[in-house]
Amino acid sequence: MAKLRTAVTPQDHIQGPEDAEVTLVEYGDYECPHCGGAYPVVKRLQKHFGKRLGFVFRNFPLSEVHPHAESAAEAAEFAGAQGKFWEMHDLLFENQERLSEPLYLRLAEELGLPPEALRQALEEGIYEARVRADFSSGVRSGVNGTPTFFINGERHDGPFDYETLLLAIQEKIGKRETPSSLKADGFFVRVSRRGDYAYGR
Amino acid sequence: MSNVLPAGTPAPDFTLPVTPDQKISLQELRGQPVILAFYPADWSPVCGDQMALYNEILPEFQKFGAQLMGLSVDGVWCHRAFAEARQLHFPLLSDFEPKGTVARSYGAYRTADGMSERALFVIDKTGIIAWSYCSPIAVNPGADGILEALEGLTK
Repeated sequence: MAKLRTAVTPQDHIQGPEDAEVTLVEYGDYECPHCGGAYPVVKRLQKHFGKRLGFVFRNFPLSEVHPHAESAAEAAEFAGAQGKFWEMHDLLFENQERLSEPLYLRLAEELGLPPEALRQALEEGIYEARVRADFSSGVRSGVNGTPTFFINGERHDGPFDYETLLLAIQEKIGKRETPSSLKADGFFVRVSRRGDYAYGR
Repeated sequence: MSNVLPAGTPAPDFTLPVTPDQKISLQELRGQPVILAFYPADWSPVCGDQMALYNEILPEFQKFGAQLMGLSVDGVWCHRAFAEARQLHFPLLSDFEPKGTVARSYGAYRTADGMSERALFVIDKTGIIAWSYCSPIAVNPGADGILEALEGLTK
């Protein structure tokens, strides 16, 4: 089983608490249709698990097959440097079939970022090193295509539809919370037939 | 799953077609590390397929001076079309006739399916297998094991 070799750090783009019960790391490519398909799935998972799930996105552009993947990743990193990573990340996936520099510039403007600075950043490859670092960490961790997900540091092999990922994440939550520790905290857990958990004192 | 040849075994030599009019021998590559990536078939339907992934990672392999070769039972013309479509920058060898002979000699053939396993071998510059791995057929093994093995060679 492949393991995430580069731990999640504050340098990562993370949604949700850094110390969430479960952290989902995606290595993705903005031009990859499978990543485009996984984008709403992750949103649903985040909605379902709320603060219990942290989500990290790292770049894994397959530039040989996706000519716009690298520039899209750099555009997202440009936005990230100005606190707008997730906004750009979402817009790029939502406009996946139209990836191009004019689109990035328009999206930057929409987000209140200076398009000229983005154009220059792309031209000078300012964020190339950051994207390469993500890519290398993915290679070392056994990323085997896009998207590749790691759940609490373990590579998720198999389908990445909502139900499969939901169960895989729930399994990790189940492992974390042994009955004795729950008793000590005075918590109880109800597991519904759908496999959802309910918590209370 | 097959029992692939383990580390420490001399790598069986072979000569296979790499294009319609060119052949390549393992022997010719002595003196540099070689990565053999056996895979079931060209035209796997996913975007991040194993050969496309290795194509992206090629520079990392080259840092170790290693030569990567993909092997399957597909014919040379099939390989050529596949390599062109995916813009692959490394050779694909045709283990086509007699079918699967090389895969068999590495313990990486699936007789029932008539294709090779998803099996990886890192061969050192003296021709000894330094590392091998057989992945479940549906799981793309990635490249982490290969890079670790290459790193081990230099120690």
